[in-house]
Amino acid sequence: MSTAMDTESTYSGYSHYSGHSKKAHRQGRDRHKSPRSKDGSRSEKSVTIQTPPAEPLLGNDASRAEEGQDDNWGETTTAITGTSEHSISQEDIARISKDLEDSVGLDCKRYLGLTVAAVLGLLVFLTPIAFILLPQILWRDDLEPCGTVCEGLFISVAFKLLILLIGTWALFFRQPKADLPRVFVFRALLLVLIFLFVFSYWLFYGVRILDSKDTNYQGIVQYAVSLVDALLFIHYLAIVLLELRQLQPTFTVKVVRSTDGESRYYSLGHLSIQRAALVVLENYYRDFTVYNPALLTASKSRAAKHMAGLKVYNVDGPGNNASGQSRAMIAAAARRRDSSHNELYYEEADHERRVKKRRARLVVAVEEAFTHIKRLQAEEQQKAPGEMMDPREAAQAIFPSMARALQKYLRTTRQQQYHSMESILQHLSFCITNNMTPKAFLERYLNSGPTLQYDRDRWFSKQWTLVSEEAVTSGLQDGIVFVLKCLDFNLVVNVKKIPFIKLSEEFIDPKSHKFVLRLQSETSV
Amino acid sequence: PVITILSYFISSFQQRIEIHKLRQGDNLILGFSIGGGIDQDPTQNPFSEDKTDKGIYVTRVTEGGPAEVAGLQIGDKIMQVNGWDMTMVTHDQARKRLTKRNEEVVRLLVTRQSLQKAVQQSMMS
Repeated sequence: MSTAMDTESTYSGYSHYSGHSKKAHRQGRDRHKSPRSKDGSRSEKSVTIQTPPAEPLLGNDASRAEEGQDDNWGETTTAITGTSEHSISQEDIARISKDLEDSVGLDCKRYLGLTVAAVLGLLVFLTPIAFILLPQILWRDDLEPCGTVCEGLFISVAFKLLILLIGTWALFFRQPKADLPRVFVFRALLLVLIFLFVFSYWLFYGVRILDSKDTNYQGIVQYAVSLVDALLFIHYLAIVLLELRQLQPTFTVKVVRSTDGESRYYSLGHLSIQRAALVVLENYYRDFTVYNPALLTASKSRAAKHMAGLKVYNVDGPGNNASGQSRAMIAAAARRRDSSHNELYYEEADHERRVKKRRARLVVAVEEAFTHIKRLQAEEQQKAPGEMMDPREAAQAIFPSMARALQKYLRTTRQQQYHSMESILQHLSFCITNNMTPKAFLERYLNSGPTLQYDRDRWFSKQWTLVSEEAVTSGLQDGIVFVLKCLDFNLVVNVKKIPFIKLSEEFIDPKSHKFVLRLQSETSV
Repeated sequence: PVITILSYFISSFQQRIEIHKLRQGDNLILGFSIGGGIDQDPTQNPFSEDKTDKGIYVTRVTEGGPAEVAGLQIGDKIMQVNGWDMTMVTHDQARKRLTKRNEEVVRLLVTRQSLQKAVQQSMMS
């Protein structure tokens, strides 16, 4: 059982922790590459410090020790995100401890379920064989001879068992791709049904046949055949309940990411809430662009600036009307004539222009770099054994000419954390091997791709929690809302029923299409 | 007395116009253009108030022509020509009735929206 694609593997916490240390190393490496790397790290740090315009004495981190105006300090640092040093270590500790306590319990539950199912399956499979063999072993001499009919029944039992085996292997023997919080109701019901069924068969067999030592062997074999038939029908029931019922789309769900509002719609059939959550998460990794915390800092700093610099003074004497104070602050901040909308507009226009310029430089640099490489045909390979390189060496040879432009572009679009030099070189050699054009090589960097495209350390989303008001094993209904939480953001899922469509028909005779010419002529008399 | 009252009402909505045809070479011309007819599209008529009216309307009046001299105006609806009804005729029939070679004078009965409105206003006041 591989844990490679599990969303909640035991090792996820550790790899995430090491991911953060790698980030520090990567920044160090970037520093060697170009002298401008300090801009990136400094821009992240400056989020946590906001100097309100009225208090110029509050400066950078170093002057935090200065007293006097410290009472405003708390308001200005409300914009702490995961980028400051302190909060990373705290979150990490929380994550690791959560992983440790959850992993033990979940694995036990998963293994227990699997062993029970396996034991039951084996028992069920061996039961018809036991039914047929036991009389032969125990009272062989008393049995009536059976002849052709029994042989035919033996063959049919053998083939039906084979079909049952293949069907069960196809349906049930699959690597579990996820760990759900509650037991899967239909599967549990089916296991209980099978158990009761086989138990009742054994009961009848024990009482009517073993105790009374029935000599009608044909009857015994037919009893075993009826058991196998009934098992095949239960298998059919399992297919219908577990696989077919949810295929027909009945609900449309809207999934919205809480941090940036990116939304998608999916069609689902009759599923329980936990299975619907599973489908949504599987599609999340493919459809949603990767979560980039660096893109969110701008709006938080704007909001902090808006509320900063306002302080409430209680002139009428003591009385701690906290809600009144905060409401007064909000009203005052709203009425304040600040030009933050202007700032936003010009900032965004400026940013767009910068991104476009850098993009143009990048595209030109990459196109030029690709012209230096030429693929050698098979015949040419023998003729010129001099300067031949494999794709990796070719990539390393042309990388320096485009490295700077690529670095600058990634930094402007705040993607530099997602692409290490090693990954860029790998992608470049991959593109060279597959005869891709410069545009195909750049597609990965110009558009923000889905989460699956990136390294697992950068995902920010491996452990999910389902928050729901209804029981997670109950089915989907119209209007249900549930939330999938991970540490950094939430996915809010809204379920809507597909409307009942009333379609009526209308028949138009093709001969009934007739037309007239409508004129308005003018005649002079 | 009833007939005179009725004729009074009829003449107050309508106007009688007598046009003397002008001889131009081999033809007798009246100096205006008509549009409309039961075989035409009434919705394209810019002069009618009711867009389902398939009557014959005056669409153009040439300057200085016999029609203008006689007092015919653009937008008039022709109800009768020399006693012949023009409210339910085709475009071609209307043209033929107006351009009879042996007639030198045509007497038209026309109705005008401005006339109608003036009479209605005077009746209301």
